[in-house]
Amino acid sequence: MLHNAIAIVSENWLLLLIGQYPNGPLGGIAATLILSVLGIVLAFPLSVLIALARISRWRLLRAPATALVYLVRGVPLLMIIFWVYFLFPLLLGANVPGFATMVCTLVIYEGAFLSEVVRAGIEALPRGQMDAARALGHSYPRAMRYVILPQALYNMLPAILSQFISTIKETTLGYVINVPELTFAANQINNRLLTKPFEVFLILALTYYAVCWSLTWVATWLERRIATRRAGPAPIGMMAARA
Amino acid sequence: MKGFDLVALLSNPGFRAMLLHGLFMTFVVAIGSWLLAMSLGIALLAIRQLPGRIAEAAVAAYISYHRNVPTLVQLMLWYFGIASLLPGALQEWLSDHNAEALFAILGLGLCQAAYFSEDLRSGLRAVPPGQEEAAHALGHGFIGTMRFVLMPQAFRNALPALVNHTVSLFKNSSLAMAIGVAELTHAVKEVESESFRTFETYLVATIIYLACSLLLMAAGAALSRRATLAGAR
Repeated sequence: MLHNAIAIVSENWLLLLIGQYPNGPLGGIAATLILSVLGIVLAFPLSVLIALARISRWRLLRAPATALVYLVRGVPLLMIIFWVYFLFPLLLGANVPGFATMVCTLVIYEGAFLSEVVRAGIEALPRGQMDAARALGHSYPRAMRYVILPQALYNMLPAILSQFISTIKETTLGYVINVPELTFAANQINNRLLTKPFEVFLILALTYYAVCWSLTWVATWLERRIATRRAGPAPIGMMAARA
Repeated sequence: MKGFDLVALLSNPGFRAMLLHGLFMTFVVAIGSWLLAMSLGIALLAIRQLPGRIAEAAVAAYISYHRNVPTLVQLMLWYFGIASLLPGALQEWLSDHNAEALFAILGLGLCQAAYFSEDLRSGLRAVPPGQEEAAHALGHGFIGTMRFVLMPQAFRNALPALVNHTVSLFKNSSLAMAIGVAELTHAVKEVESESFRTFETYLVATIIYLACSLLLMAAGAALSRRATLAGAR
């Protein structure tokens, strides 16, 4: 069994790493990581906007942002993928490749979840920070921009990183709409070999494990470092880590 | 594409039956894996309390694996991989008994057990140490202390996290479609491709999922309000 697995890896490592790249679309781990990075990087500004809208004094901003967050939190990612897959080509009037569909889905989904992280970070700061910034003559937007957000986002770094790890795990669902990423590559290998499904999917699981475990380790390290650097005792209400 | 017509979709008995059966299977998978996850989660926590490093390391490895590997990949490993290693007679028995659903319940349950176990562990850690000492002083043994003093408080502390993870377990039941379970998302794809009413079909499924998730969240909030009142800290 072990030598089977080694043989599969040594014959297919390039497919697992970059998919069929020079001859086809980029796939494998490379595509998984690019998808996740694009997803989280593009979702981040959106999540800050949603978070600011959710703590806004104006109902007109608060209500739709809250509705959006609950909508995204209450519906399976798979359904959101189907919606984007169906609606975006209609709205844009053009074909949208699977990769772009997946990025859009991740931005919507992660934007909503990340906004809860950002909101928790803002709300965990002592009220005195805002009061002091306002007393110094900053307007509300400037107080947010220069006093609240820098601190909140710094404190939230570990949570943002664990959101990134969730994103990596969520890119696997791209398999359902045939996005060429790591899970897709493993299924290609499995369909070609047919006789060694256990080895193939074990390799797949261990690869994800290696990637996510090392990032979890970094997140824990970062958390410890930030906790020691931050003198304040305020505990941070961690938002739900998800499966 | 046809014009928007929700009634046309829902008044078709065939489509309605497919969606209802899908919803039923979603509940079967979600409830089955929740029960498995909760009992296994508690068992893992109990094993962790055993003296000795081996039990601790084994549970930590279990949790680490299930939290760092995507749920979809775990399901694939169970259904395509581990199933193929089973003896032939067992494989036949399984395929006569809806192997897809059984493996989905198993995979989702084992995965979520790791999350539940961690939630309960942080809940347990948040119980003040005096509680344990007081329970011992009152003459409770290990089991009595756990059962009557520590675990009720641990559950109360862990309630918000447990509710969040219950909602995500419910949503993750949709992943079972990837291994061929005829649950709601699977039914949606079938109805969509037969009726050509994509928008309406997705809308119905989205409303159903959203309603169930919001209901779970509301029930969790009500439960934790009650628990806080009863706690009288």
